[in-house]
Amino acid sequence: MKEKHRGLALFTTLVFIFLLGPLFIIMATSFGDSTVLKFPPEGFSFRWYKNIFDVEMFMTTFKVTIVVALAGNLIALLIGVPAAYALSRFNFKGKGLLNTIFISPILIPGVVLGFTMLKYLVVTFNLPIYTSLLIGHVVLMLPFIIRVIASSLSNFDYAVEEAAMSLGASRLKTFFTVVLPNIRSGLIAGVLLAFLESFNNVDISVFMTGPGVSTLPIQMLTYVENYFDPTIAAISVLLMAVTALLMFSIERLMGLSYFTKNN
Amino acid sequence: MKKQYLWLLLLPGLLFLTLFMIIPIFMTIGSTFFHEGTFTIEGYVKLLGDPYILKILGTTLQVSLVTTIVCILLGFPTAYYISKQKARTKGILLALALFPLLTSAIVRSFSWMVILGKNGLVNNFLVGVGLVAEPLKILYTPTAMMIGLIHLFLPLMIISLVGVMENIDEDLLKASESLGASRMKGFMSIIVPLCVPGLIVGSILVFVGSLTAYTTPQLLGGKQRVVATFLYQNAMTLNDWYMASIVATVMIVVTFIIIGLMNQLARKLNPKG
Repeated sequence: MKEKHRGLALFTTLVFIFLLGPLFIIMATSFGDSTVLKFPPEGFSFRWYKNIFDVEMFMTTFKVTIVVALAGNLIALLIGVPAAYALSRFNFKGKGLLNTIFISPILIPGVVLGFTMLKYLVVTFNLPIYTSLLIGHVVLMLPFIIRVIASSLSNFDYAVEEAAMSLGASRLKTFFTVVLPNIRSGLIAGVLLAFLESFNNVDISVFMTGPGVSTLPIQMLTYVENYFDPTIAAISVLLMAVTALLMFSIERLMGLSYFTKNN
Repeated sequence: MKKQYLWLLLLPGLLFLTLFMIIPIFMTIGSTFFHEGTFTIEGYVKLLGDPYILKILGTTLQVSLVTTIVCILLGFPTAYYISKQKARTKGILLALALFPLLTSAIVRSFSWMVILGKNGLVNNFLVGVGLVAEPLKILYTPTAMMIGLIHLFLPLMIISLVGVMENIDEDLLKASESLGASRMKGFMSIIVPLCVPGLIVGSILVFVGSLTAYTTPQLLGGKQRVVATFLYQNAMTLNDWYMASIVATVMIVVTFIIIGLMNQLARKLNPKG
């Protein structure tokens, strides 16, 4: 029996090397000195990190990415929180269908969402590309916000809400002073997860590019197709640092068990 | 609570999704049946008769199938090992599996360009030890796409499986052993069936994800097209929006059929009934 577990432990180690090894290789190459991407890297320098800030397109697209992720998150919260509350608090006819509709942006292939939005929002309805990009990202973020919040609400004891209301507080006041503070950590975790989804999105953003509008992932994609120097490795390291930070925060806020339970 | 309040809470989200997601999708699907004003299914006939497009569909299907199977083979033992660890170790291992999942697909595909390229790690090694005389062409082949997609989706499989394995009572295995079953037999006839719901969820996520993935095939596939990159090419490079709409329709229909079938299967096989 011990033998068997040792085999399993070795297997697991190899799987983790497969999963994480490539990311370490990217890290190592980002500090190389030669103009061609190489592993093992030659020399040591920070020049590729400096190069990120010298390429203007990285800076402009980074700004667009952040603005879209933050503004989109805010809109997704405004329309997602009431929906999540209604869906988890009340039982009514058609609830199952509504649940499916609100989750569907995860189920529908990303490129299909991107293309149909380009076709109708940008071309038919003549909305500006920037606005359409923002709308696309709200659609993308909504299911994450709704799922995480609904999952926090499922742990909330609605007797507390009823107690507050029986003492004379209005439903709206009760929501903001009793319900919301109780699901605060879930709310923040949902925001962070949605942010990460938007920040890394390619499938929708790739259809929404125009003069002055493009996101960082799309700029990275274009760059990789044309140059093969370690600049992208350097950006990757910075993105991984942000990812690790956000993941650590999500873990602190609601535990990683959310991921194993909720799909 | 009064009914109108309930709908007031749901309306903004519902309106938003209807306007910006549901209508564009249904209009796109509808548009594929009309060409220059008349009803036609010509586009679909053309799709099924074009060997180039059939090859793309074949590649996509093959790559997704292999990716799913490899993810099951690698993910199952790994998830089992993780689920058997103490809470602290389990937490660390789960975090290590989740980290690549949350990392940008571009970063992850890019790392495989470095590893599989002409002067990449793998080729340098193979040439260095004299196994091959010339660097192999691995990057920009279906194999590269598969490796990239396995790397992309393996964490999803592991996480789905750990979710169900955590809840399996270890005593069941001991009970079967005390009744005389071999460890392997007990594992295959008790643990594996209990994992089926997680296995199905994981497989849907991986299969549908691979079927519709854009970034990884775009970076690692080179001229090899899959449906998602074919849609993009038609929409953005060739400006053939009619074909792009047909591909989009096929993708939606196939996705929903698979999810529906798998859900039905999960309901049938769920040991809890």
